[in-house]
Amino acid sequence: MGQLFTLACPVPLPATERVLLGHGSGGRLSADLLRDVFFKAFRSPILAQLEDQATLDVGGARLAFTTDSFVVKPLFFRGGNIGSLSVHGTVNDLAMGGAQPLYLSAGFIIEEGFEFTALRAITEAMGEAARCAGVDIVTGDTKVVEKGSGDGVFINTTGIGLVPPGLNLSAANARPGDHILLSGTLGDHGITILSEREGIGFDSLLESDSAALHTLVRDMLAVSMRIRCFRDPTRGGLASTLNEIAGRSGVGMTLSEVDIPVREEVRGACEMLGLDPLYVANEGKLVAIVPPEDSEAVLEAMLCHPLGANSARIGVVTEAHPGMVVIRTTFGTSRIVDMLAGDQLPRIC
Amino acid sequence: MKFLDEYRDPALAQAIVADIHRRVTRPWVLMEICGGQTHTLMRYGIDDLLPKEVELVHGPGCPVCVTPLELVDKAVAIASRPEVIFVSYGDMLRVPGSSQDLFQVKAAGGDVRIAYSPMEALDLARRYPDHEVVFFAVGFETTAPANAMTVWQAEREGLKNFSILVSHVLVPPAIRLLLNSRQNRVQGFIAPGHVCAVMGYGEYEELAESYKMPFVVSGFEPLDLLEGIRMLVTQLEEGRAEVENQYARSVTRQGNELARVRMDEVFEVADRKWRGIGEIAQSGYRLRDYYRDYDAELKFGVSMTHADEAPDCIAAMILQGLKKPVDCTAFGSRCTPDQPLGAPMVSSEGACAAYYRYRRHTRTEAA
Repeated sequence: MGQLFTLACPVPLPATERVLLGHGSGGRLSADLLRDVFFKAFRSPILAQLEDQATLDVGGARLAFTTDSFVVKPLFFRGGNIGSLSVHGTVNDLAMGGAQPLYLSAGFIIEEGFEFTALRAITEAMGEAARCAGVDIVTGDTKVVEKGSGDGVFINTTGIGLVPPGLNLSAANARPGDHILLSGTLGDHGITILSEREGIGFDSLLESDSAALHTLVRDMLAVSMRIRCFRDPTRGGLASTLNEIAGRSGVGMTLSEVDIPVREEVRGACEMLGLDPLYVANEGKLVAIVPPEDSEAVLEAMLCHPLGANSARIGVVTEAHPGMVVIRTTFGTSRIVDMLAGDQLPRIC
Repeated sequence: MKFLDEYRDPALAQAIVADIHRRVTRPWVLMEICGGQTHTLMRYGIDDLLPKEVELVHGPGCPVCVTPLELVDKAVAIASRPEVIFVSYGDMLRVPGSSQDLFQVKAAGGDVRIAYSPMEALDLARRYPDHEVVFFAVGFETTAPANAMTVWQAEREGLKNFSILVSHVLVPPAIRLLLNSRQNRVQGFIAPGHVCAVMGYGEYEELAESYKMPFVVSGFEPLDLLEGIRMLVTQLEEGRAEVENQYARSVTRQGNELARVRMDEVFEVADRKWRGIGEIAQSGYRLRDYYRDYDAELKFGVSMTHADEAPDCIAAMILQGLKKPVDCTAFGSRCTPDQPLGAPMVSSEGACAAYYRYRRHTRTEAA
């Protein structure tokens, strides 16, 4: 027949002229933004290392230095609020570099009309989270913008920490044969946030996993200083984090689907919304690439820590399919776990 | 997870796979119509478990993929208007039109929102009486009842600021088109479970009878599909051409009559263009005259545009099951989900996107 079907295909799109929401998703669009705009303008070799923090040799000390901005909606959610999250996020970025977090700054952009009760609740949660993590908030800044120019409150925190000597952590360090360890269940934070947004219409008792991970990192480093790297799989989830490490190290990864811990509530919500927990954000989990000979001891240390009770070995680093993350399904087949361009989108049916 | 884990049990899957291996004596080409089923097949690697005699080809049942480029352009034009709140299912936002997608409209200041149900759009129309709320009514028979319901409800409430941009397509006319083709290779169909949950499977009995073609109505979990494949292979090996229902927990022969009453009240069957395929007679829905005030195309006077298409895409062959995505020279290089050349790469349920997302490594490993 042939004639019944026409070859109908659109021409490719030109590069986008404006910033899209997807540029903030942690996926491929975010990587493009960094490469095409920021790296070009800033030209810093330290920035170009693409770690969660910069490691700086200053006056004989090795300092970890990082910054993060928080624009979460809703501001209050089960398991925390934007204040506690802004402390945990930056503490974790320092911790992923193996650093002992020391000091934080706090910058607030507040929308005119924001209620003081909410602001107090947020700052109290920040103070509490900082005290629990053993860090001081030592400097800050406040700006108020006109109503409509912000969304309640945005917070930026910057942190410095001290890196112990002898550590060499980098996403470029993964080697074939290494084991991939994950500190607990995936997707708790992202699904909690989603379930509290308007229009979703499901209730759950799920809580955000927002937590400071530096003591977990400390306990892991205490049993092995040869750990290749740590990452906290926040936006973009585990899938984006592992793709980034695989790409930076020029290695492949093979995950085992049955070994990846996901709570029933998270699985259920993901099924309903057509999402994959591998791409959902976490705020209190880490993934570590560990040489095989140290893997058991490190996993043991993780399991002994309160934030690592559900830790598991979820896969291995391979020589095969470099730059690609592949998962062995429960059926014994395999599929790719790709990096997404932007955020996951709920499907039509 | 209850009601899901039962349909993903690896041991049961192995047993069904073994049985399919036992039953097959010669090559068979099977097609699943629905993109949701393609997605499951790829995600679980089910085609890798089947005997080499059983070839799966992937049909045109991805609503996002087959929505014509012109309609995406109309959505972009409507969503760009300052008085409009444009509401859509999430996966339509990334579909490129001729010049931009809905995400870019949003970035340029358009009020574009993602909804999980069309009823949310109706609710927005109630809450924002000074705005025009438009819902992008995309999909097969599956999403048609809920979309019909919004229009029916809006009319009853006298809501004047609500309309829908209709792009509804129907499965049986597409199957008929495939089967009328001299090039057709498909010998059995996995019929779309959720479409049949609404429509029943009487229409498929007519197709089975006139084309001597076996159909199995299947669900969307891996065991549903494996069981559906086993039932199809059994029919083919025994020389039968019937409609069987694997998805009896959701589908009856009559379907959902209440839903169909509402659909028939609001929609009528009309010719529709399918992206990657072309015009198919009587293959979709449009709003009935009585509800023309709710037709966004009429309300906003967006004229029919024609969009130019790239020549090196083999979407038509893919959607007929004549070629596999990996047979295309553009696959994974000039054509990716970020920069799709054609319909099947546009949504995660399209065959090309499903291969790209889940199966590229098998080519790498083989190379």
